[in-house]
Amino acid sequence: MKKIFRLEDLDCANCAAKMERAIQKIGGVNEANVSFMGQRLSIDADESRFEEIMDEVVRVCRKVEPDCKIIR
Amino acid sequence: MKRSSLSRKDKKNLVRILIALALFLAIFITDKVIVLGGVLEGPAAWVFPFCLYLVVYLIIGYDVLWRAVRNILHGQVFDENFLMCVATLGAFALAIYRGVTGQEIEGFDEACAVLLFYQIGEWFQSYATGKSRKSIAGLMDIRPDYANLVKEDGSVEKVDPSEVKVGDTILINPGEKVPLDGVVAKGTSTLDTKALTGESLPRDVAPDGDVISGCVNLTSQLTVRVEKEFYDSTVSKILELVENAADQKSKAENFITKFAKYYTPIVCGVALLLAVIPGLITMDWSTWVYRALSFLVVSCPCALVISIPLSFFAGIGAASRYGILIKGSNYLEKFNQANTFVFDKTGTLTKGNFAVARISPEENADDILHLAAIAEHDSNHPIAKSIVARYGKQTESGYTLTNIAGRGIVAEKEGDVLLCGNGKLMAEHGIAYTEEAGVGTVVYVARNGAFVGSLLIADEIKPETRKVIGELNAMSCKTIMLTGDNEAIAKNVAQEIGLTGYKASLLPQNKVEEVEKLLAHKKQKDVLCFVGDGINDAPVLMRSDIGIAMGGVGSDAAIEASDIVLMKDDLRGIALAKRIARKTMAIVTQNIVFSIAVKVAILILSAVGIANMWLAVFGDVGVAVIAILNAMRVNGKYTTDPIRDRPGTAR
Repeated sequence: MKKIFRLEDLDCANCAAKMERAIQKIGGVNEANVSFMGQRLSIDADESRFEEIMDEVVRVCRKVEPDCKIIR
Repeated sequence: MKRSSLSRKDKKNLVRILIALALFLAIFITDKVIVLGGVLEGPAAWVFPFCLYLVVYLIIGYDVLWRAVRNILHGQVFDENFLMCVATLGAFALAIYRGVTGQEIEGFDEACAVLLFYQIGEWFQSYATGKSRKSIAGLMDIRPDYANLVKEDGSVEKVDPSEVKVGDTILINPGEKVPLDGVVAKGTSTLDTKALTGESLPRDVAPDGDVISGCVNLTSQLTVRVEKEFYDSTVSKILELVENAADQKSKAENFITKFAKYYTPIVCGVALLLAVIPGLITMDWSTWVYRALSFLVVSCPCALVISIPLSFFAGIGAASRYGILIKGSNYLEKFNQANTFVFDKTGTLTKGNFAVARISPEENADDILHLAAIAEHDSNHPIAKSIVARYGKQTESGYTLTNIAGRGIVAEKEGDVLLCGNGKLMAEHGIAYTEEAGVGTVVYVARNGAFVGSLLIADEIKPETRKVIGELNAMSCKTIMLTGDNEAIAKNVAQEIGLTGYKASLLPQNKVEEVEKLLAHKKQKDVLCFVGDGINDAPVLMRSDIGIAMGGVGSDAAIEASDIVLMKDDLRGIALAKRIARKTMAIVTQNIVFSIAVKVAILILSAVGIANMWLAVFGDVGVAVIAILNAMRVNGKYTTDPIRDRPGTAR
């Protein structure tokens, strides 16, 4: 299932790249894309575990860039 | 969207930077004049300037310090906040060390200045990206906020556009946006389509005419019957497309993020070696540690990482202002390399309608048109219509018109006999006629047994076609036309337009095969674009490297299947998009080369001790600012007219 989330306070382009790499490593994520200019996260992940995966995504992103919030 | 040009955060940070800058300058100048290090005597002389500069440092850098600490706790070591802290705290430590060991007191100002410049650069980045986002968001202005729904009892209610159903009636007042696609039920008005197509000429609408969401109603109230729900209407499709555009990353962007991933750890590693090894050998610790700290300042990859997506974003934004929607940075990048353009003929190169192309003999043109119009004025055939349209005046009535299938029309009135039709009609009436050799449909006109002249009716070539093809050819692109016309017509048209190739007598389903063949024969780095009007060519649009749909407004299938959409049915958009793509890619290359070159140069200079930390700050922040300013050049003005005489210039 593919979903798009808005990102708030994503202020650094390098962090966006780091977040993207970190999210792609999460199990069950088929594809993830963090757009710095668009301030969006598009993610394609296992539908049955989507919420669980998103929790992990939020956790990982908080680690990389604590200022950035994922609007769910 | 906020109206103010600065976001609240930017404003707050700007104030903080200005305060810190003023304070810093005050302390800095006082220090130079009266030497703060001399205020206190003895070994603790360094404490006084240290305390003053520390205040500035904390004002400007408290957030950087805090983030660095927090990120280390999260296991993020090579992070720009951390690097800045190490570099500046290191500079402070060095200055204290010098103070304690009784050397001349210096270095506090440098540490503050580095952080101050860093913050100025950060602020500028935030400002520039915010501004650039807003320029794209300008396009988002087409999003309608409400619809005036007419209820069954006749009352009008403002509702969210998504609540309106197909078949509902809505009112659109002057000055309001058209919220949903529909058909005019009542009223005439003019619509401003500029936000949608880049076309500045307003469009007239009358009852039964289509209105497209995203346009602005200009003159008077319209009652519209809704034809599509909001999620399905033009405005939603376009917004979705634009919002998704930033997700498709280009090769250049991927390269740069990958580069950044290795660059920072490598520079940090080298910095460590630079501090330790020569330090151990020479025992001149403060010199080498200082050089290593300069390294850390340059090690942030931010200038690169930010300027590349910004350039693409600006390119996509610039194109959208001209009604060209590009679905992603990768397509912009690929389109720059596009060197084979395959065009569908009808509706793309030509208007797809019939028009009088030639009248011979020319000196009798008025007469011929007049007579032909008399004969044809009652017919619904497109050829007849084109003749009547060209004549443009009322014709005298009273003629008895007889339609002879496969031949033409005979018109009679009081002994006056007009013949209007093909060669067979002429031959059957024994009229000697001069054959028209041109390509298209020929209509011969005779009056009372004598030949008057002929009209050549052909599909009209768009006025801009020749110039655009000329510009593409000048960029050494192959231009190929696909058409269902026979060989003779195709050849003629291809020559007239200046195409480098054509494929004739194709059935609609053969188009995909032809494109497949071209794709199979092209070289690895060739990029094939297919340009169509979006009607029935979705498969071809999808199959080609880049599918370009023209006149995308109102054709969902085309918008979905293509990679670039020309909202306006105007071929000039292709040449324009090509120029924007070229400029964007030139700036992307400049930024990559410039940023890496300056950083490497500063690294080398600081390693050998020529560059100090001030220069290193320039290598970080200055380069970022220059790269961003350069990226913003993409979003400049472009001429819509093709440039033919100056191949190789992109302005």
